[in-house]
Amino acid sequence: MTTVTQEPKRKNFLVRFFTMDTSGSKGGSEKLPLWRQLGIQLICLMITIGVMFPIMYIITLSFSSKSTRPSSLELFPKEISLVAYQQVLDRPTANPVTFLELLKNSALLSILVGLAALLIAVSAAYAFSRFKFKLRQILMLMVFIPLLMPAVGLVTPLFLLMNSLQVKTCADGAMIIQPFTACDPGTAAKLLFNLRDSLIGVGIAMISTALPFAVWNLKGYLDTIPHELEEAAAIDGADPNQVFFRIVIPLAAPQMAVTFFLGFIGHWQEFVLPWLFLTQPGDYTLAMTLYNMTGQYANSIPWNRFAAMAIIVALPVAIVYILLQKQIVNGLTAGGVKG
Amino acid sequence: MATITVPVKRKFNFKKSFLPYLYLLPAFIVLGVITFYPLIYQVIISFTDFQTKDLLLGLNSPKLNQIGFQNYIDIITGGLPVQNFDFFRVLTYNIWWALTNVMLHVPAGILIAVLLNVNGIWFKKIYRAIYVLPVVIPPIVVATIWRNIFDEQYGAMNQSLTFFSQLFGNVDPIKIRWLFEYQPPIPWLLPNGPLPLAYYAMMIANFWLGWPFMVLVATGALQSIPKELYEAASIDGASKGFQFWNITVPLIRPAMIPAAVYGFTLSFNLFNFVFFMTGGGPARSTEILVTFAYDLVRNLRLYGAAGAFSVIIFFVALTIFLITNRITKATESYTES
Repeated sequence: MTTVTQEPKRKNFLVRFFTMDTSGSKGGSEKLPLWRQLGIQLICLMITIGVMFPIMYIITLSFSSKSTRPSSLELFPKEISLVAYQQVLDRPTANPVTFLELLKNSALLSILVGLAALLIAVSAAYAFSRFKFKLRQILMLMVFIPLLMPAVGLVTPLFLLMNSLQVKTCADGAMIIQPFTACDPGTAAKLLFNLRDSLIGVGIAMISTALPFAVWNLKGYLDTIPHELEEAAAIDGADPNQVFFRIVIPLAAPQMAVTFFLGFIGHWQEFVLPWLFLTQPGDYTLAMTLYNMTGQYANSIPWNRFAAMAIIVALPVAIVYILLQKQIVNGLTAGGVKG
Repeated sequence: MATITVPVKRKFNFKKSFLPYLYLLPAFIVLGVITFYPLIYQVIISFTDFQTKDLLLGLNSPKLNQIGFQNYIDIITGGLPVQNFDFFRVLTYNIWWALTNVMLHVPAGILIAVLLNVNGIWFKKIYRAIYVLPVVIPPIVVATIWRNIFDEQYGAMNQSLTFFSQLFGNVDPIKIRWLFEYQPPIPWLLPNGPLPLAYYAMMIANFWLGWPFMVLVATGALQSIPKELYEAASIDGASKGFQFWNITVPLIRPAMIPAAVYGFTLSFNLFNFVFFMTGGGPARSTEILVTFAYDLVRNLRLYGAAGAFSVIIFFVALTIFLITNRITKATESYTES
């Protein structure tokens, strides 16, 4: 179970990292000798250079107006040109797809999948956390098994099953839904909709891994909420449904936000399923576009455009991380029962 | 977990025992359709020669043959119609890849955390803010950036090396084929799966990506060590090195072991990063299990074999989980005793 419960811990570290007391006032009265201070500063500076190297490289590239590939190393922008950004926003790929369509596909997928998984997961997490029932252990194991499987391990059956659900028009004009109905054998049929080749299909497939994660994450959090409020409400005559909707959901709201944003960070980068499922350029996501602009697959794409695209794809996740931090701090301090 | 102690009369007992299942119902209906059913379907097709011709009719396809364990045998013995594929080489490389990553990230993370934890360091907050950047940037973006940095012709790595070599009077620009050179630079390392230059390039890129998380974990653990321990040790005349090995290391171990386990599992299944950096190349030498499984579905379209391969991946993941879970449990009891 460790592999699973590590994920929620991660953001706690992030918050603690930023909010912790770094002044060293905890009884550290001895002063640091200057030579040591300088030595450590030198090491820290070298690490900083290492960390900043790819970041500065990509920022410099993105602000360059040169559409040729870089012939020499530049780590500081000589010019601030937004040409590359403008070109990427105008026409991100060779396909007739606008940037807004790509953005809409990525945003819809990551937001709706996260929301759907969350809404379905919260009641299950409540049941696992608060009720004692016969099949509890077995059902919890069933939710855990998909988490063991790497995401790629489920793509084959999802691909095949979704691909078998197709809407077609037959030669005689009747509309059929495979595999439930079929045209007369031997007649031609026109494909109208293939669940596999659609954003809906990709979204449904993404929920299959997002849902178990959301259940575990929320259950782990609900386990840490004290039961006093619920017990008090129960004594006042609230039934379990009222307790769930009036008390547990408001208490779990901060963690639900965190779960949603953690999901968003993952779904925004989702590549495995869309790259396998989707064939129409109009359905492509930003992650797929970025892949198309990289390396040997992109001999004609100027690197300044690639750099601009990389920064555009990275920004929402970076912003969400910063937002996430605030959410967790609130989530930690805004508990209903202190102590 | 205690049940909610609702003061209900006896006649509600049936409803009460029924309620948890009602709460579980939405999740299990959805999981049943899109997770459990596909998992079972996967096992079924793993015993068939499911291919593109069967896509339309699925299991009802008249051309579909039940071939028993043939897919599994083909995978293990290398009998798949796929070039450069050897299951045990991929498995060895995959384990080696995950292990070497963790073995670099964890010590580096601890050392840098200790360094940043020294009292009175200037600009501590700035360094902390910068060092967390690799965690914040999405890994797919990181992989694409490093993919371009290691470009043979125009990449920043070769350009930097050229710059430094010119300081020593070397005139020729350096053109190392980081991602495409097949000859392993250190042939005796991992004889079962020769490590091409691309492996080292990916280690560098993934190191950039991986160590800051370990710093986050180690810093949290360091902050919880009572300062009095160090003060007492200094009074007794213990050197800094002695303090590090006998106070710091044992006390941050309970936090670092789960982090290392998490890092191992993450690296082991690091699909996006590997796929974006090398796509498993050159000649499948940097392929890991998940990228090969993906190749079986997407490019080779051997759905039956892909199903069998995913079943094998599941058992590999299960084995790793059971082992790592035991390691974590063992360290838990170590701290309690």
